[in-house]
Amino acid sequence: MNYEVIVVGGGHAGCEAALATARMGHKTLLVTGNINNIADMPCNPSIGGSAKGIVVREIDALGGEMGRCADKSLLQIKMLNSAKGPAVRSLRAQADKITYPKNMLKTLRECDNLEILEALVKDVKTNDNKVSGVLLEDGREIFSKAIILTTGTYMNADILVGDTRRREGPHGEKPSNYLSDNLAKKGFKLKRLKTGTPPRIKRDSIDFSKTKLENGDSVYHTFSFDNKVYYDVDNQVPCYLTYTTEETHKIILDNLNKSSMYGGIPDIKGIGPRYCPSIEDKVVRFRDKERHQLFLEPESLYYDDIYLQGFSTSMPHDIQEKMVHSLPGLENAEILRYAYAIEYDAIYPTQLKFSLETKLIENLFTAGQINGTSGYEEAACQGLMAGINAGLKLEGKDPLILKRDEAYIGVLIDDLITKGIRDPYRLLTSRSEYRLLLRTDNADLRLRDYGYKVGLVSREKYEKFLEKKDNIEKAISEFKEIRLTPKDNDYLESLGTTLLKDGVSLYDLLKRPEIKVNDLLRYLNNEYDEDVLYQVMVKAKYEGYINKELEEAARMKRYEDKKIPKDVDYDSMHNLASEAKQKLKEVEPETIGQAMRISGVNPADISILTMYLKRGK
Amino acid sequence: MDDTIAAISTAQGVGAISIIRVSGPKAFEIVSKIFSNKKFLEAPSHTIHYGYIVDNGKKIDEVLVSKMNGPKTFTCEDVAEINAHGGITTTNEILELVLVNGARLAEPGEFTKRAFLNGRIDLTEAEGIMDLINSKTDKAREMALNQVSGEVSNLIRDLRNDLAGIISNIEVNIDYPEYEDTPVMTNNKVKNSLNSLEKKINNILEKSNEGEIIKNGIKTVIAGKPNVGKSSLLNRLLGEDRAIVTDVQGTTRDSIEASLVIDNIVLNLIDTAGIRDTSDTVESIGVSKSLSLIDQADLVLFVLNYNEEMTADERMILEKIRDKNHIIIVNKTDLEKKLDTSELDNPIYISIKDDKNIDEIKDRIKELFNLEKIETGDLTYLTSARSKAILRQVLDSVSDVREGIDNYPIDIVEIDLKKIWNLLGDIIGENYSEELLDELFSRFCVGK
Repeated sequence: MNYEVIVVGGGHAGCEAALATARMGHKTLLVTGNINNIADMPCNPSIGGSAKGIVVREIDALGGEMGRCADKSLLQIKMLNSAKGPAVRSLRAQADKITYPKNMLKTLRECDNLEILEALVKDVKTNDNKVSGVLLEDGREIFSKAIILTTGTYMNADILVGDTRRREGPHGEKPSNYLSDNLAKKGFKLKRLKTGTPPRIKRDSIDFSKTKLENGDSVYHTFSFDNKVYYDVDNQVPCYLTYTTEETHKIILDNLNKSSMYGGIPDIKGIGPRYCPSIEDKVVRFRDKERHQLFLEPESLYYDDIYLQGFSTSMPHDIQEKMVHSLPGLENAEILRYAYAIEYDAIYPTQLKFSLETKLIENLFTAGQINGTSGYEEAACQGLMAGINAGLKLEGKDPLILKRDEAYIGVLIDDLITKGIRDPYRLLTSRSEYRLLLRTDNADLRLRDYGYKVGLVSREKYEKFLEKKDNIEKAISEFKEIRLTPKDNDYLESLGTTLLKDGVSLYDLLKRPEIKVNDLLRYLNNEYDEDVLYQVMVKAKYEGYINKELEEAARMKRYEDKKIPKDVDYDSMHNLASEAKQKLKEVEPETIGQAMRISGVNPADISILTMYLKRGK
Repeated sequence: MDDTIAAISTAQGVGAISIIRVSGPKAFEIVSKIFSNKKFLEAPSHTIHYGYIVDNGKKIDEVLVSKMNGPKTFTCEDVAEINAHGGITTTNEILELVLVNGARLAEPGEFTKRAFLNGRIDLTEAEGIMDLINSKTDKAREMALNQVSGEVSNLIRDLRNDLAGIISNIEVNIDYPEYEDTPVMTNNKVKNSLNSLEKKINNILEKSNEGEIIKNGIKTVIAGKPNVGKSSLLNRLLGEDRAIVTDVQGTTRDSIEASLVIDNIVLNLIDTAGIRDTSDTVESIGVSKSLSLIDQADLVLFVLNYNEEMTADERMILEKIRDKNHIIIVNKTDLEKKLDTSELDNPIYISIKDDKNIDEIKDRIKELFNLEKIETGDLTYLTSARSKAILRQVLDSVSDVREGIDNYPIDIVEIDLKKIWNLLGDIIGENYSEELLDELFSRFCVGK
């Protein structure tokens, strides 16, 4: 069997990677341990969230699948931070855990150039440090030019509950027992990480009257720029909010030593995510806090499980029972599946290039949790980029590398390979220094060109996008050309804004905080789509701030443009601090800008490096 | 490196000669504009020229200017060095003239940087400099810190902590909007903090100005009625300490006629004519003139006679100086006491004749200007200009926040709050995202 690309793993990273390479025209094989588990959502039933929702939009702009698939599988959707500025708005949806994987599997099966094989991969075969294929656990060999590893939490996975440790993947799936050891033999540095998931509760056993209703937004949203709506805004499935109680905290503290993470299991090496602490962690670290918020989220229309968000734990089953029953509304709750923690192997992401190709083995790419991230969206966007870059590599083209001022995807990949990770990495808006440039509303304006260029966005969609871009330009010039005069003051007075003494353009009027774009439509000669008018509004109202970020990005670009040659010899720079030397050798930064972001490399080290490079010329 | 830079390259305040170094493509052109010697422009390389520095026909100082064509210079660029007669004000004035005529004030260490970038210093030498830096990291850091006093860096650090609290609260609200229990940072809360923020920044600016006084000198008036010992006191101070007196009449601002340096602190004496000319001007400083001089002064040394009763004029001056930095000096303690000292504010009793207690005046000056905590040795005109420029940017950003806060959502306003945080970090050298090569070299003293 011969393929151009083999994708190992069928999670969110694997699906995007396989679809990308296949759609780019490369014969692709997706190898998964269980076909029925493809695009599984083993943790919360939600897609998007702060920053993550913007990533889903970016995936869509580039021609990835997650946004479209989520739109087809919505239970409810809302725009987070809608009361704040446009920079921090982000979509969050509850997605049906049955429908989403089903839709994704359908897309995979309908995709040309793509086959799916149920098997476990034992080893990556190489020839002269270049990928030649994979060896399966059943002994078969499959050949390929490139491999994308998206193993999720499956490499040497251990499920931890209370004082028990079992070699097992999420919900009883078979783990991958050989691959990470074989990667280590090839020279990869591995890292043990851990994550957890809360208990699932039977819907009928919950008294929702004691909880607070959390609805979706009353206006339509879609992740995808296709703007196809598959749900009924008036019939969204609600979530519910409840809180821990004093009793919950007492149960946890009294039984702390029984939690796997607090001594239940002595040999835990995995580092859990700071951003999703277990309930034990929350109670211990914030003892003063009287209660912690918990969300009850429906997993699917097709079964009964309610996901208890915020309550992940590695307590033994009997303690979990007590804890759950101490929650308002859950006094008589029936636990369908207990919470557990999972420990797994990842590789240090500093072993990757910007393209997500490994430095050690040519044409071997990695994406998703294997690179130390957490989250479906973080995984999916890496899968997409690894797929795109594997495809480009096979075509003999330069990789697509998104910059920090272009996409959250760029921020994420740069952070991973430059700073490495300590605990599972979650994307946050605060990780970006150019938030106002990386908005949910302009992901297409930022990235669609790239998607079209690599071949993932169709001609038809691209033309639609170009038309939108034209319309934005047209609308902006119309807003700038049309001027109101004091004879329009009657209307302006009705809007409660300062009256005019001279002529003022619609564009300048729109800068006034109290003026909404819809207030001015009556003066326009043409009609525009809502998303076009939104772009005009953002540009008019936030121009000053957007320019500040553009200036900063331009300033940093000077450093990003300064390349560091591959053969640079850090050992010959005697004055580099030893920590800096070690970090620079580990990360092998490609530019001065990247070197500046490495923690442990201080300005003096950068200056020595810069001097050395200038001398070299 | 297309522009021309200039800075004072000798330690300030001490030394009989000071050098203003000008480097860059327009070095000669700029100097020739303010140099009386018209042959200078055409002169061959590596020559020295005599003449005056002139400002609109007014002679500022008699100088020697060396002309050195690149690349055989320290920076490999065209370099002119003006050898002036020392003295803080004159030197600064010449520097200012050079700047006004088209040069840019050099960043700390910029000459060295240019030398390196132009290949003048090879890697070994550069490494030698690095060794120096590395071996004296604390010292280098201190120099960056010395742009402001230690006290000021603490203030800045506190301010950054406050800001970090606000910023992280805004960010947690953005990234975890569904957590209703988290306190919400609102525009109004930021507004409240803004006042205290601005107050603290103004306070910092004020403190920086204290540093400024040290660098640019303390405008000082010695006041007192005739024959009380003003001239003897001045001569005594001049004679005892290493002092530089510039005496280019009528050419300096604020009528500063003499500068004297006490332990690296410069006293610029305002209008000393009446003090120094002992023959006939004893009567020339009338009360009204004294009063107007006192208005201009940073410091008043008011001399009284132990041997005489206080006059009405003296009482008036005492009243006038009460809210100013002042030192009451009671002279002639070798004579019989006739002065009622009971109402004097912490006077220093001296006897110039017996050389008694003079040192106490210096100590008092240091105390008054809070000099004890400030290392004056490394301070230069330049570092002060840099940190003050940053502080001005901080104030600009504060007003940006103020402007935005009523009209924009908090996450937008935060852009400026972050900027303030970064700028403050630049001052105390805790922000590594800034111009890094410049940052490192800023730890060098200028003109090395």
